[in-house]
Amino acid sequence: MATIASDNRGLRLAVRYAVLILIAVIFIFPLIFMVMSSFKPDQQLLNDTGSFAAFLPVGDISLDNYADAFKRAPVGLFIFNSVLVTGVTVLLSLLLCSAAAFAFVFVDWRGRELVLTAILATLIVPFETIAIPLLLIASKLPWIGLEGLTFGWLNSYQVQIVPFIADGLTIFLFVQYFKDLPGELIEAARVEGASWGQVYRKVVMPLAGPVLATAAILKFLVMYNQYLWPLMVVQQEGYRPVMVGLQYFFQLNRAWGEIMAYLSLITVPVLAFYLFLQRAFIASIASTGVKG
Amino acid sequence: MSKLLFVTGVLLSTALSSGGALAQTTLTMWYHGAGNEVEQKLVNQIISDFNTSQADWKVELQSFPQAAYNDSVVAGALAGNLPDILDVDGPVMPNWAWAGYMQPLKIDETKIASFLPGTKGVWNGQLYSIGLWDAAVSLVTRQSTLDALGLRTPTLEQPWTKDEFMAALDKAKASGTFEYALDLGTAWTGEWYPYAYSPLLQSFGGDIVDRSTYKTAEGKLNGDAALAFGEWWQGLFTAGYAQATQDPADRDAGFNSGKYAFSWNGNWAAIGTLAAYDDVLFLPAPDFGNGPKIGAASWQFGVSAKSAHPDGAAKFIEFALQDKYLAAFSDGIGLIPATASAAALTENYKPGGKLAVFFDLSAKQALLRPVTPGYVVEAKVFEKALADIANGASVADTLDAAVDEIDADIEKNGNYGF
Repeated sequence: MATIASDNRGLRLAVRYAVLILIAVIFIFPLIFMVMSSFKPDQQLLNDTGSFAAFLPVGDISLDNYADAFKRAPVGLFIFNSVLVTGVTVLLSLLLCSAAAFAFVFVDWRGRELVLTAILATLIVPFETIAIPLLLIASKLPWIGLEGLTFGWLNSYQVQIVPFIADGLTIFLFVQYFKDLPGELIEAARVEGASWGQVYRKVVMPLAGPVLATAAILKFLVMYNQYLWPLMVVQQEGYRPVMVGLQYFFQLNRAWGEIMAYLSLITVPVLAFYLFLQRAFIASIASTGVKG
Repeated sequence: MSKLLFVTGVLLSTALSSGGALAQTTLTMWYHGAGNEVEQKLVNQIISDFNTSQADWKVELQSFPQAAYNDSVVAGALAGNLPDILDVDGPVMPNWAWAGYMQPLKIDETKIASFLPGTKGVWNGQLYSIGLWDAAVSLVTRQSTLDALGLRTPTLEQPWTKDEFMAALDKAKASGTFEYALDLGTAWTGEWYPYAYSPLLQSFGGDIVDRSTYKTAEGKLNGDAALAFGEWWQGLFTAGYAQATQDPADRDAGFNSGKYAFSWNGNWAAIGTLAAYDDVLFLPAPDFGNGPKIGAASWQFGVSAKSAHPDGAAKFIEFALQDKYLAAFSDGIGLIPATASAAALTENYKPGGKLAVFFDLSAKQALLRPVTPGYVVEAKVFEKALADIANGASVADTLDAAVDEIDADIEKNGNYGF
């Protein structure tokens, strides 16, 4: 009897792993296709699409597409711009949205439910509907920089960062997470004489690892994939991000190999960021568990 | 004292020698060629030549990728941030002029008298833009294919009739040599649909909109001729001559790898085809009853409405219209030079050149897409209607719905000033 039960368990495990491997393969195949294609000349790339060779480094393999991609567009500049804009926005967003959520959850003030509801209501407003009013505002805003006081934020980094620092979804994520934290911790800190700032910095944020990682990943993806807004507000090549840069490769006669090389290059920061935060995410859960 | 005089002299001479540069007024220019190395080089060369040819104006270029260009210009117009000089796709020009993005182009029009008709952007009786080149579509095939199928070689003077064209498709299909008889390029979306396929509708006798008033599409896009076109169009797919949904890879490489007998494609793809086969033919459009037609008008230069220096902008555009630049663009990116004299300077379009037929096609068969601000909407409606019909939608219902949509847009915009 014990042997039969053990066999069933083994079979179930084998099936489960087979399904998981199949799902993993389905998800990873587009990435493999992209990377493999980036090493192939266009004609071979197109011919291979009908067979399994599309996923293998076979045929005429070289780094020519990468060299050509750098010739066609300032790839490094685009990646730098996107990483800078995304990185700064994510950092400021985590800071501001967590502070806002802290105020909504732990600080008692009149009208907080109403304000929170209003903020959450913005979740149903698509960006496209506010893009034009936002453009008109951004084109007239003042800025003090190296050239002194100027008006109009077009063609700048700040115009790509500031409108996206605070958003309803990130605040919502922090609010939900903070609500589940034990209230006794905050009460104890307050009884001990800690200010709200100290409670935020020394009690709440050290416990907020998982939500920080989640919010950072979501924000990173949104910001790194920005297309419409930079298209509207950036006319100078020096400030263009990677997604607008992708359009450099869509000429009348498309160079698919170069497109794949460019896509492979711009995917690297996304994968690196995700892998980095995935580890932080696990570490954060583990440390929370020890404290609990 | 002598040292003071020396320093003063140096400073004065420096100031005087840089006086020319200081006096130059900067003109900003937007262009759609980012990502195209050759095109960028050519534009930069013209700008550099212009800047050094005179002391009044200095053009500064900002390039955009083509796919993002129109949206960038519209956003720039909304934000009040347009440059002095911009380039515009020919059929879009009336919309930008009507919307107040562009102003009439004041150049010596005797200089463009010999330009191909499709290169002149005229709206409301005024010249708004001018192109250095045009583009043309042809029915691409091989002499060996025509010979094997026993087909007559059509000419500009005597193109295939509808019956001859359908017979050619039948023979190609029956031969079993090709996967599909015709590569229509349905994988290319967007402007390709109205550019490549509306001339076929016009050859049937229909149109996207009634050009006599530009106030309605009624009777033109859903009249008898348009219905006949729609049934024929749908038949191309239901009878298996062409693919309603095409893999982009097939569009790029299908004809060159022998998958299709005929390909409806533009002159920009011709160089690649010439490299693939040594017996390529670029045939004129068939005549479906109202004369053979192909699309016209490509990218053109114009002056933005907000430019404070339209005279300087016009001077630059006039400067760019020299035959040597027209020829350089043609040799560089394969497009049709705007004048016969420039064509004679090129490798491919000179008399007897491999692509010379495209110059004749452009001169004799080209028809501008509807010259109206409403075209930008009409083009999208037309594209959707043709895609729906290709995928099996009712021809009459789809064209009626397209007419309703176009008419509603025209009415909503106060007839676009007509």
